[in-house]
Amino acid sequence: MTGTIAHSALLVSVGVLALGVILTPVAIRSGRREWLQLVYGAAYTNFLLVTIATVAMVYALVTHDFSVSYVAAVGSRATPLLFTVISLWGALEGSILFWAWVLAMYAAVVVWLHGRKPGNLVPYATMTMLAVAAFFAFLLVGPADPFRPVFPVPADGPGPNTLLQNHILMAVHPPLLYLGYVGMTVPFAFAIGAIVSNEATSNDWTLLSRRWMLASWSFLTAAIIAGMWWSYEVLGWGGYWAWDPVENASFLPWLTATAYLHSVMVQERRNMLRLWTLNLCVATFVLTILGTFLTRSGILSSVHAFTTGTIGYYFLALIALVLTVTLVLVAGHSDRIRTPGKLGGAASRETVFLLNNLFLTAVMLTVLVGTLYPLIAEAIRGVKVSVGEPFFNRMTIPAMVALIFLMGVGPSLPWGSTTWADARKRLAPPLAGALIMAAIAIAVGTRSIYALLAFTFVGYAAVGNLREYWIGMRARRRAHGESWPTALTRLVRGNRRRYGGYVAHIGILLVAIGVTASSAFRTEREATLLPGETLTVSGKTVRLKGVWGREEPQRSVIGATLDILDRDGRVTGTLEPRMNFYHVSDQPVPTPDVKSSIRGDVYVNLMAFEANGANATIKLIVEPLVPWIWFGGLVIVIGSIIGMFHSGRRAVPVRKPPAAAPLAAPDAEPEQEAVEALT
Amino acid sequence: MNWKRSLIALLAAAPLLALFAFGFTRNPAEIPSPLPGRPAPPFTLAVLTAGEGAHARTPGDTIRLSELAGKVVVVNFWASWCLPCRTEHNALSEAARHYSDKRTQFIGVLYNDSPSAGIRWIGELGGMSYPAVTDVESRTAIDYGLYGVPETFIIDPAGRVAHKHLGPITGDVLRRVIDSVLVSSGTPDSIAPGAG
Repeated sequence: MTGTIAHSALLVSVGVLALGVILTPVAIRSGRREWLQLVYGAAYTNFLLVTIATVAMVYALVTHDFSVSYVAAVGSRATPLLFTVISLWGALEGSILFWAWVLAMYAAVVVWLHGRKPGNLVPYATMTMLAVAAFFAFLLVGPADPFRPVFPVPADGPGPNTLLQNHILMAVHPPLLYLGYVGMTVPFAFAIGAIVSNEATSNDWTLLSRRWMLASWSFLTAAIIAGMWWSYEVLGWGGYWAWDPVENASFLPWLTATAYLHSVMVQERRNMLRLWTLNLCVATFVLTILGTFLTRSGILSSVHAFTTGTIGYYFLALIALVLTVTLVLVAGHSDRIRTPGKLGGAASRETVFLLNNLFLTAVMLTVLVGTLYPLIAEAIRGVKVSVGEPFFNRMTIPAMVALIFLMGVGPSLPWGSTTWADARKRLAPPLAGALIMAAIAIAVGTRSIYALLAFTFVGYAAVGNLREYWIGMRARRRAHGESWPTALTRLVRGNRRRYGGYVAHIGILLVAIGVTASSAFRTEREATLLPGETLTVSGKTVRLKGVWGREEPQRSVIGATLDILDRDGRVTGTLEPRMNFYHVSDQPVPTPDVKSSIRGDVYVNLMAFEANGANATIKLIVEPLVPWIWFGGLVIVIGSIIGMFHSGRRAVPVRKPPAAAPLAAPDAEPEQEAVEALT
Repeated sequence: MNWKRSLIALLAAAPLLALFAFGFTRNPAEIPSPLPGRPAPPFTLAVLTAGEGAHARTPGDTIRLSELAGKVVVVNFWASWCLPCRTEHNALSEAARHYSDKRTQFIGVLYNDSPSAGIRWIGELGGMSYPAVTDVESRTAIDYGLYGVPETFIIDPAGRVAHKHLGPITGDVLRRVIDSVLVSSGTPDSIAPGAG
């Protein structure tokens, strides 16, 4: 019954979406703009229908309705309720349903927020979103139908993939990822809408698309960090990033989206890079679809890859379609979209943004080639190869270290151009931060040149970004006599985008410190301990208390209890790494235990044990500053939220700079800065 | 609308799509091994537990591959900490009994494990009908390019690797491969054994 209702809802949704897509050009060409209300209605209706299907699926999962194929595949009576609900996105068909639902929600919200806007931009953007939604709705009624009836109805199911039911972050990471991934459809839809409606040269579409891009970008950032955290807490190797194809798939659109968020500022300020910005916008969407294809089609091997069916062929068709449509549209209209703006001077903020875009794009292409290389090698040379961490690290770390440096340079330089003398004056103060960080890095024994550079540049960029706050607040205090807190709030309110961006920069720097320190100073040892024996790594000692076992409905748990000892041998805490043996799987799921502090983590994993509890083999890893990564992720999200609620226009200066074109900001930057600070 | 430029852009994307389409013809999970068809790497392994019947060896003795020429050798890598090894254990033990009157030798190589844990495991699972051997410093595992346990190698009477099996093996696969090797190497059961 549940299955029939949901399936019918999805079938109707395919029809509604197709109608909406066809109706849009008809309404606009024939001048019957009232028909556009039907298109918008299609977006709302689709949201309602997919919501019905999604709720039906959750209901079927919770009530263990094994007559529904997806429930029969991932459900189990023994699985705890939370993991039953979140198995909605634990396997292929359910994740496509969830994707369709998130997309339907985005489309409905876009129509609700922007539907009254005159012109053809929003109608065509809606059409684009409905077309993408139609693809997913089609998958759900055909090749990836999660509601196929099962007969005879099994009494119980195998339960979700054991790795996915082992940690609470599975309730957090996938939804964030889908919100980010699917959200990239919205800026893409505005880009396509802008070209089709001939509005690509106005700033209207960038205004809309960049805010949606920022929202999706912050979801994606949060999702990537949460994914790193999950991998760290569950997989038991003490790492958080392995350049796995699925990780790369989430990183690729993040890189182009980050480049877009910077280039769009150059476009608005200097009337440059319009075509480039539009390309980044469409590339981001194409990369999300590409990433989904690579990880869902089974053409690359990955620890994350879902079981595959024919779904890959449909995704390939979608990529072909999306590439064809966007390439024809963008390349065909490129002459008109291109902008006349010229680079001001070499020492200017836009130069830094250009370099930022260059490095981000280079990293993106490197990661893309590295991810696809096994396929390329097999196609051309007929050999199996795998591209691992050494390639990605060696190829991308230099560019990423350079990006950290640019993060400090950019905010310090003015738009337009400045003299070299002025540039030197502006770029000098952050050097203090660089020196301090370099000194600390050397003092703690940093050996690798890239780690040393990374720490130094983090110091530079931290001072560079924080100093902008200080300059602005000082100007407000002088002009209005405000207290520091008032100056801070008004400063940020005056230009949320800019100051939110600096907060996000600080977040990235925290992540950079965490990643660099934990990679450069990670130490680990593995030993088989008898109860009472100790294992010491980098001054951290653990002592085995005992090995124990416990039966739970869906799994058997074997655990080891270890005391953490301080230097005087006093117990300062306990750790309980476990191995969870799910009844449905042959492989035990390691469940490491981590004791975190601001200085770093003590991470233990149970590698093996004697069945009689006589001993346990323990891996002890000491990783400094890992929690900084998770905290940095939070700071990035806070920065994005500050930037998102921007008024939409540049802060209006109190004193209008004389005879300056609104887009090409004047070169008198110190004054301008003060002006921005004052508004 | 500049159609020429559109077309050029499209052509640039074509190789990528062709590459993806090619990807469907390949299975990335398949790990190629150069071993099948090649001479099996030689080994000398110490016997841990005896086994039964024709497969039986004295614990403490060594088994050399070179001594087994003329026999079909089934080399199974296993460990007491390996759960899938439990699932395949019965199939292997039964197949070894089934072929004990043929010219075969089953060997269970204990991988990355303590001998005591291995012996306990065998006891727990009701015995092993063929000898278990220890692999010092995993040298044989490295020679055979072991990817994980369980893995099973079937070596023909001429000493070439006839088949490599990843993951738990089943009785069907064992029977199919061993029979075909016996037939193709011209050592059907009726032929009396020559020199061992």
